[in-house]
Amino acid sequence: MTPGELLKLKDKIRTEKKEIKQSISICTTGCRASGALNLVEKFNDVLKARDLTDDVAIVETGCHGKCSQAPLIRLEPEGYYYGKVKTADIEEIVEKSIIAGEKIDRLYTGTSREKESGFFGHQKKDILLGCGIVDPKKIEDAIAFGTYSHTSKMFETMSPEKVIDEVLQSGLKGRGGAGFPTGMKWKFCHDAPGDEKYLICNADEGDPGAFMDRALLEGSPHQIIEGMIMAAYAIGAEEGFIYVRAEYPIAVEHITLAVKQAEEYGFLGEDILGSGFSFRITIRKGAGAFVCGEETALIASLEGKRGMPRSRPPFPANSGYMGKPTNINNVETLANIPLILEKSGEKYSSVGTENSKGTKIFALAGKVTNTGLVEVPMGISLREIIYDIGEGIPDGRKFKAAQMGGPSGGCVPEEYLDLPIDYESLKQVGAIMGSGGLIVMDDSSCMVDMALYFLDFIQKESCGKCVPCRVGTRHMKDILTRICEGKGEDGDIEKLEELAVTVKSSSLCAMGQTAPNPVLTTLKYFRKEYEEHIYEKKCTAKTCRELLSYRIIEENCTGCTVCKKNCPVAAITGERKEIHIINRDRCTACGKCFEVCRFQSVEVS
Amino acid sequence: MFTEVNLDPAAKILDQIVLSEKLKNGKIKAAYLIPLLQDIQEEYGYLPRKVLEYISEEGGIPLSRIFGVITFYEQFYLEPQGKHTIKCCRGTACHVKEGFKIASTISELLNINEGETTEDGLFTFETVACLGTCFLAPVVMIDDQYFGNLTNSEISKIIKRYKEGDI
Repeated sequence: MTPGELLKLKDKIRTEKKEIKQSISICTTGCRASGALNLVEKFNDVLKARDLTDDVAIVETGCHGKCSQAPLIRLEPEGYYYGKVKTADIEEIVEKSIIAGEKIDRLYTGTSREKESGFFGHQKKDILLGCGIVDPKKIEDAIAFGTYSHTSKMFETMSPEKVIDEVLQSGLKGRGGAGFPTGMKWKFCHDAPGDEKYLICNADEGDPGAFMDRALLEGSPHQIIEGMIMAAYAIGAEEGFIYVRAEYPIAVEHITLAVKQAEEYGFLGEDILGSGFSFRITIRKGAGAFVCGEETALIASLEGKRGMPRSRPPFPANSGYMGKPTNINNVETLANIPLILEKSGEKYSSVGTENSKGTKIFALAGKVTNTGLVEVPMGISLREIIYDIGEGIPDGRKFKAAQMGGPSGGCVPEEYLDLPIDYESLKQVGAIMGSGGLIVMDDSSCMVDMALYFLDFIQKESCGKCVPCRVGTRHMKDILTRICEGKGEDGDIEKLEELAVTVKSSSLCAMGQTAPNPVLTTLKYFRKEYEEHIYEKKCTAKTCRELLSYRIIEENCTGCTVCKKNCPVAAITGERKEIHIINRDRCTACGKCFEVCRFQSVEVS
Repeated sequence: MFTEVNLDPAAKILDQIVLSEKLKNGKIKAAYLIPLLQDIQEEYGYLPRKVLEYISEEGGIPLSRIFGVITFYEQFYLEPQGKHTIKCCRGTACHVKEGFKIASTISELLNINEGETTEDGLFTFETVACLGTCFLAPVVMIDDQYFGNLTNSEISKIIKRYKEGDI
């Protein structure tokens, strides 16, 4: 294909699409888990029965973002989002909204036309724009959307050095965790001696609580491929890999299909768009190792070895895959590249703060009303994300902390809710931007338990190569376990702090070096909770099982025997219609009686 | 129980490896080991020792290296797996929403620990770092099907339906 042919094709598809005025965009990636594919089938049936198939398009798109309302659909041209749609609602949607143009309030959950308020209006969708508009399984959709046009323009007007300059000027920093300037990384690899160079897309999104890379791969795979072509051109690589997590079956399916289509259209392969530049992409699936998200471990895994990190230098830019200069970028980072080349680095850098440019995608989850994927400009406050976009904490509970950056990050307390979020400010409060996982916790979450959770995670995932990470985190975990079990001793906090410093300063890779962060931030902001656990044997969040005791409130007990029947250790005695009693010596505090009691007569303290 | 392992599918997989993944002498490039093991496991459901010995010999990759790789990654299995694999998410969002209770319920119901297979060969129970579906927390994936916003009684019902062959 030549650039002229691409332009013609794009115009042709666009004209065809314009003829169909109405469309129903159904998220069939994230929402698939909530039955979105059944909706597609039903919509097809209903439209067919009413002879509307030529007038209304059904588009199977990627994520719309408001995942708590799954399955989510969007109606165009109105831009209405309908949430929690069931197949039983579809006749009504077609009848009222498609034919008569009315809004159904029961299903309505916002509109894409919202400005400056609401879940959608508060966001700035630059990178996620394609998700939710294009059908990720159709390259024609991507072409009509403009993907690959920027590649064509780049080949015609820019040298590899110029591409690197634009990315440097944009101020883009790696979105995978460390936040290293992307342009610098490219420059190092470009300048490294050698003809054979490699580009790797790190799609091994392992941080618990982060799912933006999954959404991009599933919903806009051609955007990633275009970003990769640009990066490969800039550094001079002819071979590329996408290392994708096997736990994401839809992402693997969509990106594999997209690579195949791009090859067929000549966007990948020899002499791309007549530029003389050649580039191929191979897809490799991960095999279930968190540490493979670390770049040197990922390279080892690609080379068919155990995925263990090695010390740096040499950095991959000089000696990476098979000892050749290699550049590794995260999915979201690469997804930013087409936008930078489209707008120019300078314009891109007008969004964000002084040191952090552009937008960032956050995966909002945990105890917050609207969970899902949100894209916001750098510098927005945590309060805006949680209260304006996320619409606050459900069940009338109180915000306690936001866990940012996964196992390498930290817990940000209420006092920093108004902190503008960027790489630097988060580092100052002990958390990190990380990949953008944002888990909201309310007052029912115990911070000591949270620290233990992350240490347990690190313990399971540590590759075992270096002692500080393998043994140090083990000791930290043992101490935290003791504290949560009510066996904490005087001096435990100090011991934790000492171990944290050692593990942080002497581990080989970033996983070990950042592993103590969840402990350090919770100690910094929630030290009182640790002290309560150790000295008063008390867990105010009522999470740590061994510190809880259960009691039946006599006034409320009706003697229904449900708790007695459900108690796994037979610790409850009492006859029908008589007050029941929990035998403290036998009780294991499993909480079963509390869960099953319908009269709120079990009290936890 | 000892069953004879048919090596034909493994031979077919070796045959189909593209030339660019092979060395000049026809042996397989070591970098291709992980995709090769993934294909073998896809075919057999696990990695039978006999097949590993076979690919080591035919492909020219030392058995020690093959085992080194297999034991490092969580998704390689040296034992046959259950008909259904239950993956319980232990991500942060699931933890905050008490996903650990779901995991212990599954463990109790099936009477197996994490990483084990039931005696009747129907279920294998695993926990995974994060399924990336945090908005469904707490979430469980059975084979390729997601079940989200779970309660203890819901997961019990779902497992019962699998047991009865309903799903």
